[in-house]
Amino acid sequence: MANFFTSRLFFISLVCVVVAATLPLYVSGYILGLLTVAFYFGVFAMAWDLLFGFAGEVNFGPTFLIGTGAYTAGILNNQFGWSVYVCILLGALASVVAGFVLALPALRVRGPYFGLTTLVAVLMLQNFVVVFADLTGGEIGLTIPDVITINAGANYWIALGFMTISAAILYGLSQSPVGLVLQASGQDPVQAGALGFNIVKHKLAAFIVSAFFSGLSGALLVFYFGTASVGTVVDVAVGVNVIVSAVLGGRRTVLGAALGAIFLIVAGEFLRPTGELATFIVSAVALLVVLFFPGGFLGAALSREARS
Amino acid sequence: MLALQILIDGFAISALYALGATGFTLIFGVSGVLNLSHGAIMVAAAVAAWAAASVLHLDIYTGALFGVGVALIVSFATYFAVVKPIQNSTRIPNEEKEIFVLTGTLLWGIMIQELIAYFFTNNAKTVLPIVEGVVDIFGNRTPRNNIFTALVCCLVIGLLWLLVNRTRTGKAVLAASMNPRGVTLLGLELTQIYIVVWGIYGILAGIAGVLLGMFLGVSSYSVGPLTASAFSIVVLGGLGSVSGSLIAAFVVGYLETITAYMISPAYRTIPALLLLVFVMYIRPQGLLGRR
Repeated sequence: MANFFTSRLFFISLVCVVVAATLPLYVSGYILGLLTVAFYFGVFAMAWDLLFGFAGEVNFGPTFLIGTGAYTAGILNNQFGWSVYVCILLGALASVVAGFVLALPALRVRGPYFGLTTLVAVLMLQNFVVVFADLTGGEIGLTIPDVITINAGANYWIALGFMTISAAILYGLSQSPVGLVLQASGQDPVQAGALGFNIVKHKLAAFIVSAFFSGLSGALLVFYFGTASVGTVVDVAVGVNVIVSAVLGGRRTVLGAALGAIFLIVAGEFLRPTGELATFIVSAVALLVVLFFPGGFLGAALSREARS
Repeated sequence: MLALQILIDGFAISALYALGATGFTLIFGVSGVLNLSHGAIMVAAAVAAWAAASVLHLDIYTGALFGVGVALIVSFATYFAVVKPIQNSTRIPNEEKEIFVLTGTLLWGIMIQELIAYFFTNNAKTVLPIVEGVVDIFGNRTPRNNIFTALVCCLVIGLLWLLVNRTRTGKAVLAASMNPRGVTLLGLELTQIYIVVWGIYGILAGIAGVLLGMFLGVSSYSVGPLTASAFSIVVLGGLGSVSGSLIAAFVVGYLETITAYMISPAYRTIPALLLLVFVMYIRPQGLLGRR
């Protein structure tokens, strides 16, 4: 841990964050808005990477955690008009409960079976949103009366700060002894258990931490958008984007996941002139990375550094 | 009367689910690949059949054949462009190949979906049915197409059963699903078996896709739900077990039809999802799965 502060990765990250923090001084609100969303997405992807890269759980339903947090926060604000910060906190807590629910099958089933359970969880949440339209706004979306702030620069700084703190906590956790035990139990649960580690406890913890950050980020995102809808925080397609970001940036690197998310959102926006082909191009690039650079952006860079 | 109607309507959709899921489970059983571009391949077949009829003005039969042919080509493309490179890659650790195949085929499916949306728009397309008209079964007016769909599905599944159990190639496929290493020791090339399986899969998915296009109509939005339903049927039945998938397909098909008739079409998929969660808790390996 101590030598991390002297490593090249730390300095590069520090420089990136400092440069990013000065952006509102000279770029347009349009780019700031884009990056704000990208930063929240980065947290989704990092939280997902903690579960997949370290705990080895193929979670097809990141949006189950994100959506629960986002909708809980949104509904509380919409129905009771509670203050934004209370709603965000309660949203994150609801997401932790959702993470707990999701963790239960994970302790029983593995691999594709668990993957399907998580996918079903998303579909159930989606059905719930549509069926209880009075409460959730249904397919049209939920209007949220309050926002954190309408200042683009302030929103951007909040998102950047949130992502940086989340990244520091998640990365620190992944490099800590807890992260190593998680990694071991993801790769060979029987052997890790035989070494005397409590796998159930560690996996539960991973789910709860991942859920907390997903939910918190989801809640912040809806208060930025001013609306919560299936298309932005629940749909399977959103979950696919989270997974693709993490794999693109490099699984098991945590920081790479955030890079991947930023790349995905920004690339999607720059390709907007190509119209309907934008998603095709992004998917094709992602597929090429998966096929030819399985370690992802950061994975490829880190292994080069390790070799030299 | 309602019971009979549910019985008839449910049978066609169940048979269609069964046909779609069989190919999916076959691939998993033999090569351990979960092909998440499944829905995209089915939609590609249906859209190709539709385009053959309405853009190229071919007759219905040629159109249907064209659709199946396109599915076959896309299926081989999936294997050679996505699955095989990942399986043969030396840079991906073996224990992670599964998730890479999942991600790769998922992306591939999205690419196919976007291409279809780009060239043929997102609008729903209905392939002209091969048989038209309505027949009366004990007072229930049933489109002939429903009966045709059910018959073709049963016929194709029957042919598949014969192929797997009665021919040399089929037995090799079966053997590969039991023990791949044993098969190679007997001097059979595993790659060739995989190619055969992807071929069978392409034809099955193609027929299922074209029939679905005639039965319900498809659009590029159906890609995700189709993959999800095949995935859940296969897991419910037990990964790799063809007979399990057939049973599961009928369970899901009837459950959906009963819900749609008795409660509301809006809740159509919910009981099947609940059942799936329930089965995963009680019997994680599925109805007939091996572990």
